[in-house]
Amino acid sequence: MGELVRRPQKLLPWCLAVSLGASAWLLAYTHLTEIADALLAATGLTRETRLGEALHFFLYDTPKVLLLLTGIVFVMGIVQTFFAPERTRALLSGRRAGAGNVLAAILGIVTPFCSCSAVPLFIGFLSAGVPLGVTFSFLVSAPMVNEVALVLLLGMFGWQVAALYLGLGLAVAIVAGLVIGHLRMERHLEDWVQQILAGKHTNRGTDGLDWVARFEAGGAHVRDIVGRVWPYVLVGIALGAGIHGYVPEDFMASFMGRDAWWAVPAAVVLGVPMYTNAAGIIPVVEALIGKGAALGTVLAFMMSVIALSAPEMIILRKALKPALIASFAGIVAVGILLVGYVFNLVL
Amino acid sequence: MKMVKVLGSGCAKCRSTVALIERVAAAQGAAIALEKVEDMPTIASYGVMSTPAVVIDGSVVHAGGVPTEGAVAAWFGS
Repeated sequence: MGELVRRPQKLLPWCLAVSLGASAWLLAYTHLTEIADALLAATGLTRETRLGEALHFFLYDTPKVLLLLTGIVFVMGIVQTFFAPERTRALLSGRRAGAGNVLAAILGIVTPFCSCSAVPLFIGFLSAGVPLGVTFSFLVSAPMVNEVALVLLLGMFGWQVAALYLGLGLAVAIVAGLVIGHLRMERHLEDWVQQILAGKHTNRGTDGLDWVARFEAGGAHVRDIVGRVWPYVLVGIALGAGIHGYVPEDFMASFMGRDAWWAVPAAVVLGVPMYTNAAGIIPVVEALIGKGAALGTVLAFMMSVIALSAPEMIILRKALKPALIASFAGIVAVGILLVGYVFNLVL
Repeated sequence: MKMVKVLGSGCAKCRSTVALIERVAAAQGAAIALEKVEDMPTIASYGVMSTPAVVIDGSVVHAGGVPTEGAVAAWFGS
């Protein structure tokens, strides 16, 4: 009871803290260059030297990325309380191929997802009558088109690139799911999965949450995600800063430029065994592009790193037979290849 | 005696959930039998869609993430 009585009193402090935080955030975000200039001046270096230029890149990008990350992750933590996996499943259950795949790919952006619970989620979807292909659209979209990737692309390359990534990422997820659904691969689920599909499932919704709980979920999401990824962000930005300051202009163009036809497949293959998150890889991506690497090649690499990860394949192997895993990886890889080539052609 | 099961694939959040439950139960002097379930068919048979999840005496009381300390205390209270 005590918990229930105290709740309304917590809402006002939360609202105050959120508005104060938002104002401070805006103020800092609109003065990033001044902050970096001041910090650089304090070290006595100038941007004329390589070290100074690299350091300025680091001092500008680190606050920028961490601010973007904290802000968006907080908002997404709140949004996700409206889209518990159970809610998403209810929205998708009984949907047919086509519209179902589109909806699944979109819901993949806002539904909380962790590759460690990919198997229970997969089974939860199938047991509620979500078709296999629609389920795969969700499983492709959820890790690839995530808020961290979108935010960082938005912050570093502008809305056009973020929108292209969003659109093409959704397209890969939708088409991959349609193809898998069309192949009728249900018999390639492990036997225990096929047996369990006739079984029970519980429904635990989050609709009854109040706003204090939603704010708390946002705060917890920030601690969880930002707390986990900030070292990757720092390492990524430091690597990016090094490339920015020391690698000659157009150095990357020779082997990651758009004229090298083999660069896109090589980037995809290279990305599969690598396992990091969008936060760590995007600062590196930005620096590579600054040195003449083609955007499509680099984005294909990024998609491959975050959507086709070896650890997730190993987890999914517990529920999927090898033929289905191979089809899943193969279809997604082809989709990413196409995205890479399209980007290189268009831009 | 409450039969408590933590369902999860062995990720970091599952381990912190187990540790939290052990700590709160010990602090309250609650008698529990704690079991960690990592077997996928068993986890799926409870119908949870996100892990870690907590099952007490056969019913799912929590799913998706480490529970709050207050929630754990409430399970073992009274």
